[in-house]
Amino acid sequence: MLEGIPLFPVQASNLAPEVDNLYFFVTAITAFFALIVVFFVIVFAVKYRDHTGEKVGAPITGSIWLELGWSIVPFLVSMAIFAWATIVFFHLVRAPDQTLEIYSTGKRWMWRFQHIDGQSEINELHVPLGRPVKVTFTSEDVLHSLFIPAFRVKADAIPGRYSSIWFTPTRAGEYHLFCAEYCGTKHSGMIGRVFVMEPNEYQAWLGGGGGGLSMTARGEQLFQQLGCVSCHLTDGSGRGPSLAGKYGQQEQLADGEAVLVNDTYIRESILTPQMRLVAGYGPVMPTFQGQVNEQGLMSLIEYIKSLPSMGQPATATK
Amino acid sequence: MTTTVLPRVNYLNVRHGVASWLLTKDHKRIGIMYLVVVTIAFFLGGLFATGVRIELTTPQGDFVSADTYNRLFTMHGVFMVFFVLVPVVPAVLGNFVLPLMIGAKDVAFPRLNLLSWYVFVFGFIFTITAMVTGGVDTGWTFYTPYSSSASNSNVMLTGIGVFITGFSSILTGLNFMVTIHRMRAPGLTWFRLPLFVWALYATALVMILATPIIAITIGMMALERALGFGIFDPRLGGDPVLFQHLFWFYSHPAVYIMILPPMGVISEVIACFSRKNVFGYSFVAFSSLAIAVFGFLVWAHHLFVAGISPYSAMVFSFLSFAVAIPSAVKVFNWTATLYQGAIWWRAPMLWVFGFIGLFLIGGLTGLFLASLGLDVHLHDTYFVVAHFHYIMVGGAVMGFFAGLHYWWPKMTGRMYPNWAATTAALLVFFGFNLTFFPQFILGYLGMPRRYHAYSEEFQVLNVLSSAGASILAVGYTLIASYLVFSLFRGQAAGANPWRATGLEWKTESPPIPDNFTETPIVNEGAYKYSEREIEVA
Amino acid sequence: MPDIVASHADPGDHAHHPALQHHFQTLEQQQEASTLGMWIFLVTEVMFFGGLLMAYLVYRVWYPLAWSEGSLELDIRLGAFNTVVLIGSSLTMALAVRSAQTGAQKATVRWLLLTMALGLTFLVVKFFEYREKYLLHHIPGPNFQFEGPEAPHVQIFLSLYFGLTGLHALHMIVGFSILAVITWMAHRRRFSPEWHTPVELSGLYWHFVDIVWIFLFPLLYLVDRAHHLS
Repeated sequence: MLEGIPLFPVQASNLAPEVDNLYFFVTAITAFFALIVVFFVIVFAVKYRDHTGEKVGAPITGSIWLELGWSIVPFLVSMAIFAWATIVFFHLVRAPDQTLEIYSTGKRWMWRFQHIDGQSEINELHVPLGRPVKVTFTSEDVLHSLFIPAFRVKADAIPGRYSSIWFTPTRAGEYHLFCAEYCGTKHSGMIGRVFVMEPNEYQAWLGGGGGGLSMTARGEQLFQQLGCVSCHLTDGSGRGPSLAGKYGQQEQLADGEAVLVNDTYIRESILTPQMRLVAGYGPVMPTFQGQVNEQGLMSLIEYIKSLPSMGQPATATK
Repeated sequence: MTTTVLPRVNYLNVRHGVASWLLTKDHKRIGIMYLVVVTIAFFLGGLFATGVRIELTTPQGDFVSADTYNRLFTMHGVFMVFFVLVPVVPAVLGNFVLPLMIGAKDVAFPRLNLLSWYVFVFGFIFTITAMVTGGVDTGWTFYTPYSSSASNSNVMLTGIGVFITGFSSILTGLNFMVTIHRMRAPGLTWFRLPLFVWALYATALVMILATPIIAITIGMMALERALGFGIFDPRLGGDPVLFQHLFWFYSHPAVYIMILPPMGVISEVIACFSRKNVFGYSFVAFSSLAIAVFGFLVWAHHLFVAGISPYSAMVFSFLSFAVAIPSAVKVFNWTATLYQGAIWWRAPMLWVFGFIGLFLIGGLTGLFLASLGLDVHLHDTYFVVAHFHYIMVGGAVMGFFAGLHYWWPKMTGRMYPNWAATTAALLVFFGFNLTFFPQFILGYLGMPRRYHAYSEEFQVLNVLSSAGASILAVGYTLIASYLVFSLFRGQAAGANPWRATGLEWKTESPPIPDNFTETPIVNEGAYKYSEREIEVA
Repeated sequence: MPDIVASHADPGDHAHHPALQHHFQTLEQQQEASTLGMWIFLVTEVMFFGGLLMAYLVYRVWYPLAWSEGSLELDIRLGAFNTVVLIGSSLTMALAVRSAQTGAQKATVRWLLLTMALGLTFLVVKFFEYREKYLLHHIPGPNFQFEGPEAPHVQIFLSLYFGLTGLHALHMIVGFSILAVITWMAHRRRFSPEWHTPVELSGLYWHFVDIVWIFLFPLLYLVDRAHHLS
């Protein structure tokens, strides 16, 4: 990766050119205004230099037109930058609908990546070229931040919450992965490498063994082991609501509000079940805090995602 | 420009002995006492920075251990932010000059002023104790949960030190506000005030409204750490990001505490050394207030990647662009002040030139960070480090030096050698750019902050940066040297060596204890260098 | 020290009032400055409590059940009693200020002493409330015990309860000490209708501390009470 003295990062994702173009735009504008001001300061300082120490400056106090001008023009320019930057931002944070999902947890001082098929890796992340990838992650202890400079993506890993980044790799190769939120002694050691592989190589790597159960299968295992299956009957007649086909839908809560059934809601329901109770069901679900770790939670979420709506056969039953 | 001797009795020699200083109520002595403590803090902060920059000359973490490094950058930040940048211009120059500028005998509450100094020293001692008994490694930002549950360092001691010091800031702000409201000389209406006073007033507003928040936030973090109270603990359902919101609600306005007074200094110096009125006086005055107000509305731009909603991020991004406008207005007005001026290239003015260039870069790079689409990439990289050092060192510290060099003859009655001051200004300017400009490049490349060891390809830029830091050190040492030298061998300065307008120049150098023999009466605006003045259409 | 400074340009007034500090021109200027100073200080106090109240606000929205449960654990009778005590102490404080204004020296001392007594009553009641919490293991931290699924969030509620009322109690203690000094000064006949600023400023501070409690009482003790009454 050492090609002389790098002065600019490589572009390895679909987002990188967008971010870089914005960067060049802002650089050009700021450099332009900076140079104008510096030019005038130097010209005035030299032209009006008084060597005698006796002169007095001209009695000018101001100009309302100049004030308006140099307030309004910079404001409009700022708004242009703001608008463009916001558009880029929404691209960065809104993942497309179809993405390859990867889960991750950060903890002091390592990153663990979990592929749905069961492959898991530590401090390394293999992704296929040309496919949109979404990494959903959390922290098991303190704040961390998942940063891949070549892709121009970053989000903080917050204990108790899910964050995500997404990208479509556009260049095969090996790239840095850094923790970007100070987390203690080995913060600068909480780094890794991202491997972007041709699709067929990626498939080969995935099938390369040592993967273990797919996340969905693991999740189903936990669903049985922890006893979820005894209350969350598929037809909704159990003590808990049916989970079939619920992922991504709106759910009515006991207090009248509606909630989107997403990763965060499922995780919260497992750990603090009484907080947002589904309408029509009593507050009887116990908490599983301490009984299932972050990987387990992510597997359960994957499993619940896989459950089709009622009326269709389930993909895997006991 | 020389006068014969120093005034027979002045505030320095009116009484001798340590007790006369430690029990003084004279704002001028208190300003000097703050200068002493701030200088020690600056030296300590610089020492830690030296450790950091030595470590970063090589990619491996081979100079100090990771834990030591983390303490070095943390304490560099803590000392520089709380014990140098926040107090240096208000508590040193402001304390000294404010009553003089408004024709008063002292600030409104001289005993409270002395108490502020003692509180400051008390907090300083706590923080130094934290330092010598092992240091703290949370970063000056103390983010939870690391600070409240994971760090093994002296978080409590440092937190208490910062908590205590905050009250010094609050009391100084309170004192200044009442002083400016109630102690102005007859005829000194608001729009005749020097712009430094406007800047101090705006700063005081921020000091009193924002500082209590950091105090209570550190208090909450300390309760959590010491007693196991749950406020930010995610294991109890607490929100660690709430800490960030509360922390930055103070710490963002705090950076305006750090920059507004130096901006006020720039206005003073540029008027004197262009021998004309500041262009757009009322715009510059109001821009200080605008910055103070808007500064309270942008805090979450530090949280763009911390999980806040994108819509919320949009609002804070917009406001962060808006807050840049008043600063830009100031820079344009200062530039226009030079037009058709009679520019005098003396040391204070050189610092002003340096300030304008460096503050420009610092401020404009803030726009990069305000841009949401760029901040995702740039957050927590060296780009941010470069940005804030350009503003804090290139802006605030250079503004302070401009003021120190401008008012030094008034404070001490002595002049320093101009050639030495010029050399130091050039060294600092050059050294500073060499230190921090490469860091913009490092940041975009992706080098994260607070890294003890880094990837090899970042080395060359890091070496350049460390080289620049050594030049900076030489420059600062030179300043300390010739200023101390001037105390013993400097030429006597006289009441008004710069032939400046302003009430502070109408009294002796050094001033008599009560500042003026008679209360001055004011009947014209500040910066009246010519007889008649015209407004350009 | 040789006083070579000309005296204050003070056209109207006669001899300097002994309380006039030498950097002020007139007593009026000094009093206006002091009063402004105290108001600004109170603004900083609002911001100080404000940080805790922001945390309270966020978590109350997130965890209404826990807030309801936690509030129920507080003794509303003691809280209400304390509220009456504090409001009463503000009344006596105001009367003390009035007495100082009219030069009623003995009355000033008596009203001040009464204010202090009421303040002390408040603190004693608070002590018993805290003790009760301690005995029930409701103090947040490693020994915290609470039944039910909302326990962790109730711990947050109680952390904020202790934070807010603890900070308030600290301010009460400071206020009590200040009143002790003022009462002593009043006893020594230091105040007059021309100058009684310390009494007024102490009054301002005391009223502020009272107002904070008037916010804290409903926010902490009265969450969802109507629901639980039925």
